[in-house]
Parts: sequence; C-alpha cells; structure tokens
Amino acid sequence: MTATSTASRPAAPVRIAREGLTLAWRSLLKIRHSPDQLLDLSLMPITFVLLFTFLFGKAVAGDWHAYLQYVLPGVAVQALVFASMNTALGFNSDLRSGVFDRLRSLPISRAAPLIGRVLGDAVRNVVTLAVVAVVGAVLGYRPHAGPLPVLGACALVLAFSLAMCWAAALAGLLARGPETIGGFVFVVTVPLTFGSTVFVPTADLPGWLGGWVRINPVTRVSEAARALVTGTPAGLHIRDSLLWTAAVLAVFAPLAILAYRRRT
Amino acid sequence: MDSTYAIQAEGLVKRYGETTALDGVDLSLQPGRVLGLLGPNGAGKTTVVRVLATLLRPDAGTARVGGFDVVRRPQRVRELIGLTGQYAAVDEDLTGQENLVLVARLLGLTRAEARRRAGEMLDRFGLAEAARRPVRTYSGGMRRRLDLAASLIGRPRVLFLDEPTTGLDPRSRGDVWDLVRDLVTDGMTVLLTTQYLDEADRLADEVVVVDHGRVVAAGTPAELKARTGGQTLDVRPADRAAAAAVAAIVAEAGGAAPVREAADGLVSAPVEPGRSGAQVLAEVARRLDAAGVPVAELGLRLAGLDEVFLALTGGPRGRAADEGAVR
Repeated sequence: MTATSTASRPAAPVRIAREGLTLAWRSLLKIRHSPDQLLDLSLMPITFVLLFTFLFGKAVAGDWHAYLQYVLPGVAVQALVFASMNTALGFNSDLRSGVFDRLRSLPISRAAPLIGRVLGDAVRNVVTLAVVAVVGAVLGYRPHAGPLPVLGACALVLAFSLAMCWAAALAGLLARGPETIGGFVFVVTVPLTFGSTVFVPTADLPGWLGGWVRINPVTRVSEAARALVTGTPAGLHIRDSLLWTAAVLAVFAPLAILAYRRRT
Repeated sequence: MDSTYAIQAEGLVKRYGETTALDGVDLSLQPGRVLGLLGPNGAGKTTVVRVLATLLRPDAGTARVGGFDVVRRPQRVRELIGLTGQYAAVDEDLTGQENLVLVARLLGLTRAEARRRAGEMLDRFGLAEAARRPVRTYSGGMRRRLDLAASLIGRPRVLFLDEPTTGLDPRSRGDVWDLVRDLVTDGMTVLLTTQYLDEADRLADEVVVVDHGRVVAAGTPAELKARTGGQTLDVRPADRAAAAAVAAIVAEAGGAAPVREAADGLVSAPVEPGRSGAQVLAEVARRLDAAGVPVAELGLRLAGLDEVFLALTGGPRGRAADEGAVR
C-alpha cells in the first residue's frame, strides 16, 4: 500500500524509486551471472530476423533484401513482445521460491518489487532491440529516415513492450507454474504477432482476419515504427500506437497490482 | 495494548474456502524469549507465521508485534521483524554476497554500509569463502544459513523461523540450533515453528502445540511433559507380528491412551495417571508371561515431548493434509 507509506513518510517517491532501482539492479546482475540468459536475449531476435527474412523473403517479396526493409521494424516489435513474456516467468519464480515473501516482509514500498521487475525487464528489452538492429544492419537493412525518427521508432516499440510487461506480470502472478505461462505466452503472443502486418500486408486476407489484423496493437505499433524509419507520414500511426500502449498499460498495470496485493 | 509482549495474538482465524487454517489461535511471547510453535503438517503453523509477519491478513482476530498491529501498521511491524521461511528465500542466480547486499540496500543502507554489513554476516554465518559463488552452488545448509543471514541484516528485534531445520542433515541442524541460541543470547525474541519435538525441547522457553488450526496446549517443555504423568512404558515383542497383542495387553494393564505401535514393533504408552509405573510394569510383565508372548525389550522411562505431542493431538504426526496446500 503505497498510499499509507506515503502518508507516513514525506520522501516516499524517492524511496520507492530507489527501491525499484535496487531491485532492477538485481535483474541485471542475473544476466551477468547467467550468460545463458544473454544468449536467450539475443538468440531469439537473431533467429527471428534471419528466419523471417529468408523464409518469407522469397515467398512474399520475391527478394529477401527488399523484404528485409519491410519486415525488420515488425520483427523488432515481435521480438520485444516475446521478450516481455519473460516478466511472467520472473514473477512466477519469485513467488514460488519465497523471494517475494522476503521482499514483502521488508519495510519497503509494496510497489517496489513490481517496479523493479519491470524496470529490469525494460533494460533487457533494450538489449533485445539492439540485437535486432545490429543483425538487421549486418544483413543490409538501412533506414531511410534520419536518426531522430529511428530513435522515435525505437522509443515507441519499447514503450509498447513495457506495457506488455504488465500484462505478463499479471500472467506470472496468476499462473500456477512455468508450464501454465508457456501456454499463456503461446496463446497471446502468436495471434498478436503473426496475426498482424509484421510479415504480410493486410490486403489479401479474408475479412475476419483482416479485421483483427487491422485493430491488432502489434500491427499498429509496427506500422508506426515502419512509417517512422521509412520516412512516410507517420502521425496517425503514432497516435494509434500510443493509444494502444496507453490502453494496455491502463488495463494491465492496475490488474497486475491488484493481483499482486491479492497474493497477500 | 500490553507493551510487555513482543508478540501477542488473539483469536486469529484464517479460512481458505472450506478449509479453516486457523481456528482462533491465541499466543503471546515476552521479549528475549523463544516460543516453539509445534504441530504436525497442516496444523496451521506457517499460517500463524505469515499472519504475524504481515504476509497474510487474518479473517478475524488481532495480532501485535512489538506493540504494532500487523494489519493496521504493517510497515512498522516490518521494521521490527526478520523472517526465515520454510524454503530459503534467496535468489539462486546471485552470489551470497549480492543477496545480502540487496537486502541491505533495500533497507536503506548506502552501498559501502551494505557491503560491510553483508561481509559481517557472511563471516558470522561461515559463508565468507562462498560469498562470491552463486547460491545455486550452495548446499542446503548453506542456503539456510544465508537465508537466516538475510533476515538478520536489518537487526530485527523479533525473528520468525518457519521450520528452520526441515530437510537439513543432523550437522547442519546443530549449526542452526547454535545460531539461534547465539541470537537469543543477544536478546532477540524468536518464534520458531517445528515438527521436531526435540527441536522445541532444546530451543524453546515456551511451547505452543497447534493442531487443526487450534492451540491444544501451551507451557514450558517441562510443564508439557509433566502433563502426561511423566512416565512411558515401552515393550518390544520378540516377534514383530505380536505387536497388536502386546498393545492390547498394555492397554488392559494400565497403559493410558494412546497406545502406539511403531513400525519396528515397539509398543509404547503413557502410564495411566495416578498409577505407579512399577506396578503397571509388573502387571504388564505378568500378563505377557501368562499369554506366552516372548519379549525383547521391556522398560519404563520418562515421557518425552513425543508422547505429550501424541497425547495432545490424538494421532500420529504427519497425518493431516500437507501444509503447503492450504497456504
């Protein structure tokens, strides 16, 4: 209950931020100690870029090099949506191992463990995004726009992945174990990422699927990122993308906090 | 509010759907003393600890730790307590040192202070050499010691130990016992749960026996032992198959309920209150002889907490549902 601790301590926001950062530091230490996590973080985006560029490149665009220009922004979104699901696993393991009990028995803000986890995962998502960018560049991807729009695209995609972390946090808090999370990740991320314009433009899809693909947040965020990096008009796409990010955050952050409190 | 108690709980109730985990638990403990919360799996021990450590809201009843209500002033309670749960609550991927620094930082120590405090604790708990190794590589005893160290970083006044030695080998158990004794010497108030009677006997000043979410007895270990009349009769038939017949004879001759048959054929029963142990022993010997049952062992001894426990909970240990299921 941050409300009560705010009442009794004037410096509460500073304290919460510090506690959140300390716990984010913990997430990052884990990467240092388990290099396999780094492999996890980079192998997935590398695989995605290579696989989708060469698998669909010929079939969809007839030329993988041209297709790379189309697919890379979307693959970045996809990689980050998948990466966000790590939040669920992290939360769940803390719940089951008793680490959460330890944290909750300390005189720290109730929100700190949530904030720390999401902050730590945000850093991991930056790593994932960087790997996508580097692999894309090595394969010959070149953005048409200048550095500022490209950074803007990265920021949009990261913001969306951060919002998705909260959805994953909710899943991690509700799931009984890692197996349940695996199922959840599949059910959520596959329609989100493949049922989008990440790989194929909507034009030729059957009506019902086209409908879903058009409203799908991953489509909206991918389109915004694509428009930004290719230098086409991006205003509306950016608006939609930010609306989706805000909506996901507005729904799942409170639900995750509620679920977290209910675990007590 | 009675400030002379470090821990005070009245009428704690906790339900999970149909299951009643706590059914009106009262207990109190003065500062600097050790309370042993004793009971079989599923008795509600862990639930009591979770309520007192502010991890769980009771459905009814009140509890205070250090004078602060656990529901209304949880943050104040958290400033006073340390908790070591049933499973070591340490991060497997971090080193022992990092785990302790993390807790110290969360408690508001600066980086340098946190490092110094972590170093102190690692030395004290014999983990200095393993400080830079990931906890993943630690033995069960080392993890438990690290967990204990983590709960002591903030210099708590009240320490909760939930089954601190479950699953440890005898040597590690002894180590944990020594550590707890040291803490008490330093003036710490300790509430520990255990299913091991000898543990409660060795460490606790006071014992509260719980079963099915209810307190079935409370007192010093000596008081509890005195309750069963003090003496226990043991008979081991030469042939294990004769155990049932022996149990019947013991019951007739003046062994009080419950008469127990151990898996190895040993039959034991408390001597009926008010009767002389020697008399009952003689009676049992006469009847065994008359029935022609050969005996390998026959004797009288002072009751242990084992007998007390059985007399109070009315059944063998571990019969109730697994406690983990009702958390």
